[in-house]
Amino acid sequence: MAILLVLIPLLSACSLLLAKGMAKSIAVVSSLINLGLTFFFLSQFNNEGGFQFGDDLIWVERLGLHFHYGIDGITLLLLLLTNVLTPIILIGSFGRKYDNEALFYGLILLMNAGLNGVFMSLDGLLFYIFWEITLLPIWFICAIWGGHDRIRITLKFFIYTFAGSLLMLLALIYVYLQTPGIHSFDITALYAVKLTAAEQCWIFWGFFAAFAIKMPVWPFHSWQPDTYTVSPAPGTMLLSGIMLKMGIYGLIRWMMPLAPAALKDSGQIAIWLSIAGIVYAAIIAIRQQDLKRVVAWSSISHVGLIAAGIMTATTAGLQGGMLQMLAHGINVVGLFLVIEMIEQRLNIRDMSLLGGIAKPAPKLAVLFMIIMLGSVAVPLTNGFVGEFLLLNGVFQFGIWAAAIAGLTVIFCAVYMLRIYQLTMFGETNQLTATTPDVNPREFWLLAILCVPVLFFGFYPQPLLDIARNDIENLLKIIAVSN
Amino acid sequence: MGKSLVGMVGSGVVLGSFILSVMAWMQVKESGAFEANAFTWLEVGSLHIEFGFLVDELSSLMMLIVTGIGFLIHVYSVGYMHDDVGFHKFFAYLNLFIFSMLLLVMGSNYLILFFGWEGVGLCSYLLIGFWYKNKEFGKAARKAFIMNRIGDLGLLIGMFMLFNEFGSLNYKDVLGAGLSSSYAITCICILFFIGAMGKSAQIPLYTWLPDAMAGPTPVSALIHAATMVTAGIYLVARSGVLYTASPDAMQLVMYVGLATATFAATIGLKQNDIKKVLAYSTVSQLGFMFVALGVGAYTTAMFHVTTHAFFKALLFLGSGSVIHAMGGEQDIRKMGGLKKYLPITHLTFLIGTLAIAGIPPLAGFFSKDEILTNTYYGGGSFVFIMLCITSVLTAIYMLRLYFLTFRGSFRGTREQEHHLHESPLSMTLPLIVLAILSVVGGFLGVPEWMEHKLGLHHTLNGWLGNVVHNAAHPAVTEMFEYTLLAVSIAILFILALAVRTFYISRKTLPEPDEEEIGIVKLLSHKYYIDELYDAIFVRPIQSLGTFLHDYIEKPVIDGLVNGFGRLSKSSGKLIRLLQTGNTEFYLLGMVLGIIVIFVLNFIM
Repeated sequence: MAILLVLIPLLSACSLLLAKGMAKSIAVVSSLINLGLTFFFLSQFNNEGGFQFGDDLIWVERLGLHFHYGIDGITLLLLLLTNVLTPIILIGSFGRKYDNEALFYGLILLMNAGLNGVFMSLDGLLFYIFWEITLLPIWFICAIWGGHDRIRITLKFFIYTFAGSLLMLLALIYVYLQTPGIHSFDITALYAVKLTAAEQCWIFWGFFAAFAIKMPVWPFHSWQPDTYTVSPAPGTMLLSGIMLKMGIYGLIRWMMPLAPAALKDSGQIAIWLSIAGIVYAAIIAIRQQDLKRVVAWSSISHVGLIAAGIMTATTAGLQGGMLQMLAHGINVVGLFLVIEMIEQRLNIRDMSLLGGIAKPAPKLAVLFMIIMLGSVAVPLTNGFVGEFLLLNGVFQFGIWAAAIAGLTVIFCAVYMLRIYQLTMFGETNQLTATTPDVNPREFWLLAILCVPVLFFGFYPQPLLDIARNDIENLLKIIAVSN
Repeated sequence: MGKSLVGMVGSGVVLGSFILSVMAWMQVKESGAFEANAFTWLEVGSLHIEFGFLVDELSSLMMLIVTGIGFLIHVYSVGYMHDDVGFHKFFAYLNLFIFSMLLLVMGSNYLILFFGWEGVGLCSYLLIGFWYKNKEFGKAARKAFIMNRIGDLGLLIGMFMLFNEFGSLNYKDVLGAGLSSSYAITCICILFFIGAMGKSAQIPLYTWLPDAMAGPTPVSALIHAATMVTAGIYLVARSGVLYTASPDAMQLVMYVGLATATFAATIGLKQNDIKKVLAYSTVSQLGFMFVALGVGAYTTAMFHVTTHAFFKALLFLGSGSVIHAMGGEQDIRKMGGLKKYLPITHLTFLIGTLAIAGIPPLAGFFSKDEILTNTYYGGGSFVFIMLCITSVLTAIYMLRLYFLTFRGSFRGTREQEHHLHESPLSMTLPLIVLAILSVVGGFLGVPEWMEHKLGLHHTLNGWLGNVVHNAAHPAVTEMFEYTLLAVSIAILFILALAVRTFYISRKTLPEPDEEEIGIVKLLSHKYYIDELYDAIFVRPIQSLGTFLHDYIEKPVIDGLVNGFGRLSKSSGKLIRLLQTGNTEFYLLGMVLGIIVIFVLNFIM
C-alpha cells in the first residue's frame, strides 16, 4: 500500500504533461495527497519495530530480484520529511514564473516519487534503481532552469554523483554474489551475508563513496557549493532539504549493517573526514559573500556532524542523526526560501549590497530569525536536540573528536549571525529601503516551517519514539555481525 | 496594544512571578526544597532528561533577585523607553529574558540550566543589538553571543563528561553523593568554569561585556549587571560539591577571578563613558565573586551576587537617568554639577557609590568584607593583598565617576543644560527602592562578631547551607574585623578627599582621547586586548577561510576532481578508437567475450 507514495506523484507527473494548463494545481494536489497519506501511515504506525505497509513482489525470479518495500521508523521519519517539504517547495516556487511549467512541476513530482522509493526500498537493486532515478529529474531541473554556467556545473554534479553510485552498485553486486542459493538482493539476505574484514573494508568504501558524494562529506564536496548556487531555488531546496538525506539514510540502512566490522577501522577514518569537513566548511562559510553560498557551505558543515554522529554507531548518534536530518531539512529549506524571497525582490544575493531589511520587512525578519536560530541550534529549537545528541555520540567516540566537532557551536553562530546582520540589520540603502514585506503565501510558508522549529525543540520525544526500536534493532544487527 | 498597556502587561507578569517567587521561597523555608517534573524532554538509550524544576534555597534566592529586580527594571523601562519605536519588541525581549533566566536557575538538571543559559545569551544578543540600525551595536551583539558560545561549548562538553561519569545530569544524582577527587571531576569543573567565564565575563572571555553597553541602559542594568552575568557564579555555586572535590579547579577559579578583578578595575580607572566605567566595575566585581568561589566560600559569593545586584542595578539605572537627562550623552567629561538638576538620581547614585565602595553599614561592605575574610584564610596572603588593593581601586574609579558626573560645574552645551531635568516617577521610584535595598541589603549576612551585638543572624549562610557549605576556616577575631573596618573607612575617607581635590577643587579633567599618553593611553584603550584578539583570532580565521577557499578548495580538492574528469575524458578518446564501425570487429569482440565467460564459468 505504501507504494502509493511513489505511484501518485508518478501518475500525476504523467497527467501533467497531458493537462499542461493545470500544472501547478495538479502538482500541489498530488503532493498534498502524498502528505495526507504519510500522515495516515504515521497514525497507523506501530513503533515496536519492523517494516509495515509493505509488500514483497517477485520481480525477476531467476536473478532473485524482488519488488520489496516497506516502512519502518527510520523510513517513516524520512517520508515525513520528504512529503512535508515537497508541497512547501512547490508552493514556494510560485513566486517566480518558470518556462515550461508542466515539465518543471512534473520533474519535481518525479523527484518526490523517486525519493519516496529510495527510502522505502528493501531490495538492494530496487534501492539502486530509485537512487539513480532521483538523479535525472534534479539534473534536468538544475540544468534547464539554472543560472550562469549551469551546463558545466550540473554536468560535473551529474558525473560525479553517478560515478560514486557506480561504486555502490559494484559493492551491492559483490554482496549479492555472496548470498547463498539463488542469489538475492533482498535486504535480509544481504544482511545475513558474512564477509571477511578485508571484504567489508572494500564494501564500506564502495558505499561510502556514493553516500559521501551525495551528502556531501569532505573532501567529496566540491560539486556542491556551485550546484546549490547555480540551481533554481526549488532545485536547491530539493537537493539540500531532501536529496542529501538519501546519502545519510544509505549509511544507516545499507553501509553500516553490511560492513559493520569496517566501522572499527575504516569507519574511524570516515568519521574524522566528516569532522574535518565540519570545521573546513564552517571556516569557508564565514568568508562568503553570496547568501546561497554561505548556506551551501553551512550545509556541508552540518551534514558532516550528522555523518560523524551516525557512524559512531551509538544510540545517541543515530537518534540524533535521524532528528537532525529532519531539522536540517526544515531549516535549510527555510533559509533558501528566505534567500529566494530576497532575491525575487532585489535581484541580488550579494550581502555587501544588502542591509536594513528588518525595517521595511519586519515579518520577514522575525520568521528569518526563528529559522536562523533553529539553524544555530539554540536550545528549545529543533536544531539543538539533534546537535546535542550527535555531539554526545561523537563524545563517546572520543573527547577530542567532540571538542573539534563542537566548534560548529561557535562557527555556526559566527556565519549565521553574520548573514542575518548583513541582510536584516544596519541602515537600509537605496535598494533595500522599499523591500516589500512577505505576502500571505510567503508568510504562511515560513510560518509553517517555524512550527516544527519551535515545537520539536520544546518536545522532541514523539519524533524520537518513532524510530527508537528500529534503531535499537539495527544497532543489534551491527553489534551481532561484529 | 497601546504603549501603556504593553508596559503594564510586561511589568505585571514579572510582578506576578515575583509574588510567586516569594511564595516559593516561603514554602522552601517551611518544608524544604521541592521538585516538579513537567514532562520527559528526552529519552535516548540511557540518557533520560526530565523537563524538571527544583526550587531550593539557592534557586529561590536567585528567583527573588531575578524577578524582584526584574520587576523594578521593567517599571523603569516604561519611562526610559517611552519614546522608542521598538517599545513593544523591547518588552517582549525583556520578558523572554526573565523566562530564560528563571529556567536557568530553576532547572533540576544541567540541561535545563543550559536551556536557560543559552536563552539568556540569545536575549542578551537581541537586546544589545536592539537599536539594530547601528552597525557597531550589531557587532557588539554578535561579539557577545559568539564569546558566550565559546564558553557554552565548554559547558556542553563538561555535561557530556559529567553524564559519562555519573550516568545522569540531575543535580540530585550528581551532587548528592560524597565525591572523591578524580581527574575526571577536575576536567568537568574546568569545563564548567569555561562556561562560567563566557557568561560571567572573566579573563579571557570578558571583552564582550563592556561592548554590551550598546544596549539600552535598563538592559545593561538587568542583564549585564544584576542577573545574567551572575549565572556563572550560580553554576559554580550549584556545583560546589564538585568543586570542593577538585582543589586544582578551585585554584584556577580563584586566580582567574583575582586577575579579572584587578585587571578590570585598572581599566575602570581611565574610562570616560559612564556606562563603560560601570561595565568594567561589573567585570571586576564578578572577579571578586569568583575569588570567593575559588576559596570555597560559595554562600559568600552568592551574598555578593545579591548585594551587587542591588547596588549595580541602582548605579546603572542612575546612569540611565543621567543619560536620559543629558539627551543621550555618555561622556563624563561633558557632565558635571548634575547634583542640582537631578536630586533624586544624585542621592541614589551616591548611595550606590558608597555601597560598592564598601562604606559600612551599606550592603557592599558586608559582602566584600566577607569575601576578604574568607580570602585571608583560604587564599593566602598574596591573593588577600591583591584583593584589598583592588577594593581600593574600586573606590577610586567609583568616586572619580561620582565627582565628575555630579559635582563641580556643568561642562556640557548650553542646549543640554537647558534640557536637564529629573526623570519621571516610573524611573525614580525604582531608583529609590534599589537605594533602600543597597542600604539595608547587607544585613542579610552580618558577620559572626556582629551577630550577638545586633541580635541578627547570618541569615544567608544558614539559608544556603542546605545546598552548599562554605569551606571551614577558623573563627575571625574581633580584632581583625575592627581593623578591617577602621582601615576601610579611613582609606575611603582619604580617597574621597583626594579625588575631590583632584577633580573638583583643582578642576582637573580627564584629557581628550587624542592627548592621552603612556599608561593612561594603555588603560583607556583597555590594554589593547580587543586589538590583540582581533590579531590572533579573528583575522587569522578570516584569512584561513579565504586561504582554504582560494588555495585548497579550488586548486587541490576541486582540481583533483576535475583532473579525474579530464582523465576519463581522454581515456574516452582512446576507447573511441575501438568504435571503428566495422561489424566484423564487433563480432570478434563478442565471440572473444563469450569465450572468456565460458572459461571463467568453467574455472569457478
